[in-house]
Amino acid sequence: MILIDAVTKRYPDGTTAVDRLTLEIPDGSITVLVGPSGCGKTTTLRMINRMIEPTEGRITLDGADIREQPVNSLRRTMGYVIQHAGLFPHRTIVENIATVPRLLGWDRREARTRALELMERVGLDRSLAKRYPYQLSGGQQQRVGVARALAADPPVMLMDEPFSAVDPIVRKGLQDELIRIQGELGKTIVFVTHDIDEAIKIGDMVAVLREGGKLAQYAPPAELLSAPADGFVEDFLGLDRGIRRLSFFTAAGLELNTVPIVAVDSTAEQLAARTVPQTPYLLVTDTEGRPLGWADAKQRAAGSEALIPFGHSFTAGRDSLRAALDSAVLSPTGWAVAVDENGRAVGVAAQETIAAAIRTAHLEQQATGSASGVADAAPVDA
Amino acid sequence: MNLFHYANVFFSDNANWSGADGIPTRLWEHVQYTLMALGIAGVIGLPLGLVTGHTGRGGNALALVATAARALPSFGLLVLLTVLMGLGLTPVMVPLVALAVPPMLVTTYEAIRSVDRSLVDAARGMGMGPLRVMFQVELPVALPLILSGIRSSAVQIVSTATIAAYVSFGGLGRYIVDGLYQVDYNKVVGGAVLVAALAVVTLGVFWVAGRVLVSPGVRRQQR
Amino acid sequence: MGGFFDIPSDLQASWWGLIGLHLEEALVPVLFGLLIALPLAQLCARFRWLYPPMLGITTVLYALPSLAFIVLLINWTGLSTTTVEIPLTIYSLVVLIPAIVDGVRSVPEETHAAATAMGFGPIRRYIQVELPIAVPAIFAGLRVATVSSISLVSVGALIGNEGGLGNLLSDALHYHRPILAWNSVLTTAVLAILIDGLLVLLRRLLTPWAVR
Ligand SMILES: Nc1ncnc2c1ncn2[C@@H]1O[C@H](COP(=O)(O)OP(=O)(O)OP(=O)(O)O)[C@@H](O)[C@H]1O
Ligand SMILES: [Mg+2]
Repeated sequence: MILIDAVTKRYPDGTTAVDRLTLEIPDGSITVLVGPSGCGKTTTLRMINRMIEPTEGRITLDGADIREQPVNSLRRTMGYVIQHAGLFPHRTIVENIATVPRLLGWDRREARTRALELMERVGLDRSLAKRYPYQLSGGQQQRVGVARALAADPPVMLMDEPFSAVDPIVRKGLQDELIRIQGELGKTIVFVTHDIDEAIKIGDMVAVLREGGKLAQYAPPAELLSAPADGFVEDFLGLDRGIRRLSFFTAAGLELNTVPIVAVDSTAEQLAARTVPQTPYLLVTDTEGRPLGWADAKQRAAGSEALIPFGHSFTAGRDSLRAALDSAVLSPTGWAVAVDENGRAVGVAAQETIAAAIRTAHLEQQATGSASGVADAAPVDA
Repeated sequence: MNLFHYANVFFSDNANWSGADGIPTRLWEHVQYTLMALGIAGVIGLPLGLVTGHTGRGGNALALVATAARALPSFGLLVLLTVLMGLGLTPVMVPLVALAVPPMLVTTYEAIRSVDRSLVDAARGMGMGPLRVMFQVELPVALPLILSGIRSSAVQIVSTATIAAYVSFGGLGRYIVDGLYQVDYNKVVGGAVLVAALAVVTLGVFWVAGRVLVSPGVRRQQR
Repeated sequence: MGGFFDIPSDLQASWWGLIGLHLEEALVPVLFGLLIALPLAQLCARFRWLYPPMLGITTVLYALPSLAFIVLLINWTGLSTTTVEIPLTIYSLVVLIPAIVDGVRSVPEETHAAATAMGFGPIRRYIQVELPIAVPAIFAGLRVATVSSISLVSVGALIGNEGGLGNLLSDALHYHRPILAWNSVLTTAVLAILIDGLLVLLRRLLTPWAVR
């Protein structure tokens, strides 16, 4: 556990970058520092590996003051990832990744083997090993940065806006990858970002800092969304915090209607059997059961083949209420389409049904004090 | 009468190819002066540039030293030291070294300063000490620029080492100074051609050095 | 006889006269160099393929020993200041062209695009946008060129009295008067440093917006 204990950092010019900050960073999870530009995130992070020394207060790692061991050996036990990756342009990808193992005195072969293994772990093809950083895309470079930080298997990883320089799609991939790697390796990760969505997506705990380096709130993301400590945090979370909060409620309990689902080759009798007064539309699937689109029941009976697009589906049992609601909102018919893991339609849900489920979930949460159906703080569909 | 004619006469005279005043001897003398001056200047300029660049301190003092060294007239210095100390290697070396130090010093400093700060940051964050940061990160990344500084020093030494002949020293300058006094243009042109050729060879040596020493990852970035 | 400022009569000039001569011989070439370098550098910045060969040619010219250069020119321009000034002009070109090219290239792409979008024509954009932004880089080159030029003039002494303050050097050897050599070296160095300082001041006046 890393304990930041009443730490203050004042720069010589008088700026107070961090102000009596106390944070307990639990082992084996991702703790995100988030806040507007200049609020002291980087300063806090860099005090953990002593790139910056605090003016007051102290930081302990597993109970021992971090000043007790030599600074460079401390840093070699903490992976460090920065924006643009900071890769060494004069070294190949394997050499870059092998940097810290080599610093720790591993022999060349061992370090290399380890580097190749890590390339795989972060999703880089081994054929890139001999390339130089300039021959990689931004997203690939960032993966190398993560691999380099992981190389000596440090218990702690410090990451300063590692994904902010890549485009949203690549960023999402990197975030997923980080969550996966964290699940596999159980590192203690301190992650700095100014993007609240990123914080909520990847964080087990989120520390919101405000200008002047003061802690505004320190909580799991679901709690942050449901109970922001004050107006600042609420503003910082943005207007759609209610919608985003739905990410933390599973759609598993959602009641699905299986009646209005017909295969594309259905006979007139089958169509008639599936047409009920509550649903003027029928969901047409292919012969495998995958949804094709909505059809007006009367027109279909009259022989029309016209289909209305269904937007996108959500996966029953896995996705959150947010995904279900989104699916319903985007669907021209106002109905969400649920599919199973194989993409076969398993039911449809009306907006009203989803709204009822949301109300139930909120009530349940108030009763138990935690997000319903979700064991820990991770969003259901990140 | 044109330059090619002079050069042709000079290079086709067999007498110019052997003996104490022969081309091989003079060329070798010139190369020796050059290497010696470059070596001394390197020992002074490179570490100083490296350390000031790394710490980022003393940049102004360094610029001052470089300007002062540049301001010293090589030829004047040569004559002054010769008048004071008599004939010797020192009066020849001092001006050459004074000439070669500023480009090395200033380029090395600038080159190290221009290394992306986030690289140094990453290196420190991974637990590299100052020496490692300097030799494993800053130096290799700054190398192309540093080499260009040494290269321009080397070329200047090659061309300026000719003045050694003015105080009865050897080297390719002999042909130029002797040619001037004997009004023998063949010699002057021949000497000048040899010096220029040596300079071009020097450029070639540095090109090769760049190929061998500079990491392809950095070399490519320069383009 | 024998003092620092006692200039032998064969030089036919006072100390101040020598300084004037020296400055003229040193600065005229830099001025010419600048006038030639500006358009050449602009061409190099525009047509990128021109730059490497241009650098190659100037570097080889730079490698020609000033001594040989001057001696050879006697053939055409005789024992005159022109003989000294031509090589010095070429040397300043070698320093100035890369400096200006780098300066002009250092103009950020966005600035360039913004100026074009605001309706600057190529020439107006060059004079009003690119050149001013390149001024610090140009001055860096100008300083090196000027200082080298001042220290190189002395070589002119070898072909008779065409070396400004350098003329004191031959006399120092002839009459074995070290003080004359001291005078030549120190005056030249101080002159170079003073002119360098003036250039720094001038740059600050021209670019009040620059950092530092
Ligand atoms: N070396 C320094 N000297 C003086 N002030 C500094 C220094 N470094 C940072 N600061 C100031 O300290 C405050 C916090 O800086 P810090 O870099 O920690 O912010 P940040 O939260 O990481 O911001 P960003 O999201 O923009 O990276 C800022 O006001 C900054 O101007
Ligand atoms: Mg920051």
